[in-house]
Amino acid sequence: MEKVGDYDELVNLKATELRLGLPGTEETVSCGKSNKRALPDDDTEKEIESTGKTETASPPKAQIVGWPPVRSYRRNSIQTKKNESEGQGNYVKVSMDGAPYLRKIDLTVYKKYPELMKSLENMFKFSVGEYFEREGYKGSDFVPTYEDKDGDWMLVGDVPWEMFVSSCKRLRIMKGSEVKGLGCGV
Amino acid sequence: MALRLPSKVLKHILSFIDSNEDRNSVSLVCKSWFETERKTRKRVFVGNCYAVTPAAVARRFPAMRSLTLKGKPHFADYNLVPDGWGGYACPWIESMAAKSPYLEEIRLKRMVVTDDCLERIAASFKNFKVLVLTSCEGFSTDGIAAIASTCRNLRVLELRECIVEDLGGDWLSYFPETSTSLVSLDFSCLDSEVKISDLERLVSRSPNLKSLKLNPAVTLDGLVSILRRAPQLTELGTGSFAAELKPEAFTKLSKAFSNCKQLQSLSGLWDVLPEYLPALYSVCPGLTSLNLSYATVRMPDLVELLRRCSKLQKLWVMDLIEDKGLEAVASYCKELRELRVFPSEPDLDATNIPVTEQGLVYVSKGCRKLESVLYFCVQFTNAALITIARKRPNLKCFRLCVIEPFAPDYKTNEPLDKGFKAIAEGCKDLRRLSVSGLLSDKAFKYIGKHAKKVRMLSIAFAGDSDLMLHHLLSGCESLKKLEIRDCPFGDTALLENAAKLETMRSLWMSSCFVSFGACKLLSQKMPRLNVEVIDEHPPKTRPESSPVERIYIYRTVAGPRMDTPEFVWTLHKNPEIGVSKLAIK
Repeated sequence: MEKVGDYDELVNLKATELRLGLPGTEETVSCGKSNKRALPDDDTEKEIESTGKTETASPPKAQIVGWPPVRSYRRNSIQTKKNESEGQGNYVKVSMDGAPYLRKIDLTVYKKYPELMKSLENMFKFSVGEYFEREGYKGSDFVPTYEDKDGDWMLVGDVPWEMFVSSCKRLRIMKGSEVKGLGCGV
Repeated sequence: MALRLPSKVLKHILSFIDSNEDRNSVSLVCKSWFETERKTRKRVFVGNCYAVTPAAVARRFPAMRSLTLKGKPHFADYNLVPDGWGGYACPWIESMAAKSPYLEEIRLKRMVVTDDCLERIAASFKNFKVLVLTSCEGFSTDGIAAIASTCRNLRVLELRECIVEDLGGDWLSYFPETSTSLVSLDFSCLDSEVKISDLERLVSRSPNLKSLKLNPAVTLDGLVSILRRAPQLTELGTGSFAAELKPEAFTKLSKAFSNCKQLQSLSGLWDVLPEYLPALYSVCPGLTSLNLSYATVRMPDLVELLRRCSKLQKLWVMDLIEDKGLEAVASYCKELRELRVFPSEPDLDATNIPVTEQGLVYVSKGCRKLESVLYFCVQFTNAALITIARKRPNLKCFRLCVIEPFAPDYKTNEPLDKGFKAIAEGCKDLRRLSVSGLLSDKAFKYIGKHAKKVRMLSIAFAGDSDLMLHHLLSGCESLKKLEIRDCPFGDTALLENAAKLETMRSLWMSSCFVSFGACKLLSQKMPRLNVEVIDEHPPKTRPESSPVERIYIYRTVAGPRMDTPEFVWTLHKNPEIGVSKLAIK
């Protein structure tokens, strides 16, 4: 049941771990197993031992599990608010096939798809046609697509707006022949 | 010749005694009093679901109509207890379903509740009336639907800060058209939108509805429509309170609120736009409880609201209130009994927390009835604590969270020992205390010496040595719950004061220096304690003297529990066998 080898492995792992100790103590900071209550982005990324991806560009802040003692429910509420608050912004790059350079827009400025579409149309001087749930965009050579958190390229408009804003990493306005694969005019 | 009180007479006398503490005392007098008491107890409270078996409870209290259970230790709220630790409601529900079918009320806190469990409740208790789940998890909206559809006499359904798997807003439509008994409904922690028309109809046919707490998905329009149908509400949790600014919307909202002449408690207000706050002015003079802790309302708007709340007894607010706002509270809210100030940025290195110790001093000076405080700020001073203690000797609950660990008195650079000494000495009725900031063993010597009525004590990042724990365990006579994290001590004090642990409900220690060997020893010495070592690394793979991650010790007459997960090591009483990992279901 117990393997001495495991312990040795543990010891070596500990030697190479990143740790942040509190001033005045030698004891390492406690890191509980990540708890379902916290948002995945919130706790796991801030656990000191993990080196998961950080979503912000700023250096990782020192964090102690469960401190300050604010209930997970409340923490999550505040986090959601922060993400929605003004000034936070969610800037994503927008590329258009054939355009010489990219643009950047702040998705949080818009409340729904038509607003976003209008803004893109103005920015790149094109029109996007009409969106149909089954067939995608019709009536235009241009199709707005986006890359989501999983790295997949999706058609803009399929998912609820909030879900789109939280999962969109970049936008690409596809044009012409490449457009066929997305179910336009099928 | 012994004079005996006829049991009928005793029964009658006992019918006037509601407090379980008193009833517990009654049951210790003699066997016949024990018998009479147990047969008449209707409301049963079990503070630790592992302290006693469900069967024993059902057996002892045949007349039980209301059961309250608590599961996980308090620090689970702050992610210190790994998932899967325990606290399952099912065994209790199963047992009660079989033995106490007349159960009408179930209140659970920090427990794991499944949909199966909820369905069982709905199916087993014919006269079921009250379900209150606080900080529970493990169930979905399907389980709620089962309760709604089956419990014909349901009066209270409250989900308070639960983690619920939200499968949509359909659950609300499961309340049958014949259901008219609702008195209280709280679904504020659910995400999905419910059909407003379903809600309107439910509210319209529930004339006894007094308390309604909506979730953020309910819009301002929805709120107006509900308020029109339920002007008799005494407690309201608004929905999101966010909308585009439209003058007609504002007028409608104001009117709806002004018709709610019995409103005493207000909460929710997520995303409230300051421009809409004046719609609440008409209810302010009647409010006794206001929870703004989820509302990002800032200063001048806050004061405008609060200065109208002259009857306010309970205020929960974010630190956006600033010291200035608290000064206003001190002058306008003279009836204040409970104040909680939460951090708007609960991060370690948030540097611009807009409240300081001065804010709390203002309130302590101005609000004579203040007895319960929860306060988050960056740093504090001994002088402030001393003033607070002097001004408010009637404090019953004092929880100060100085966010920066080990922060000394920032004016003198000394530990906060003197300050907490003043609190412990001055507030003789103190029942709950949370300390923080830089504290030496001395602070705990004072607390041990003076805080004779403290029942629950929470400590983090404090003390110098084992003496700290020793002072507390040997001094605090009324101590029932002690929770400690990141403090530098362990074994000696624990073992020396082992007997004390049997007089307490529980002791939690995490990231301290308690060794596995000491846990084993303690467990051997004290058969009526469950000593749980909660550690992701098997203790056997390390020397016995190395510290364990967490320990949770609680008195029990139920023996070691059978549902421990892999990372919980309940020590076997037999030392030769060593640690026995009890099988998980």
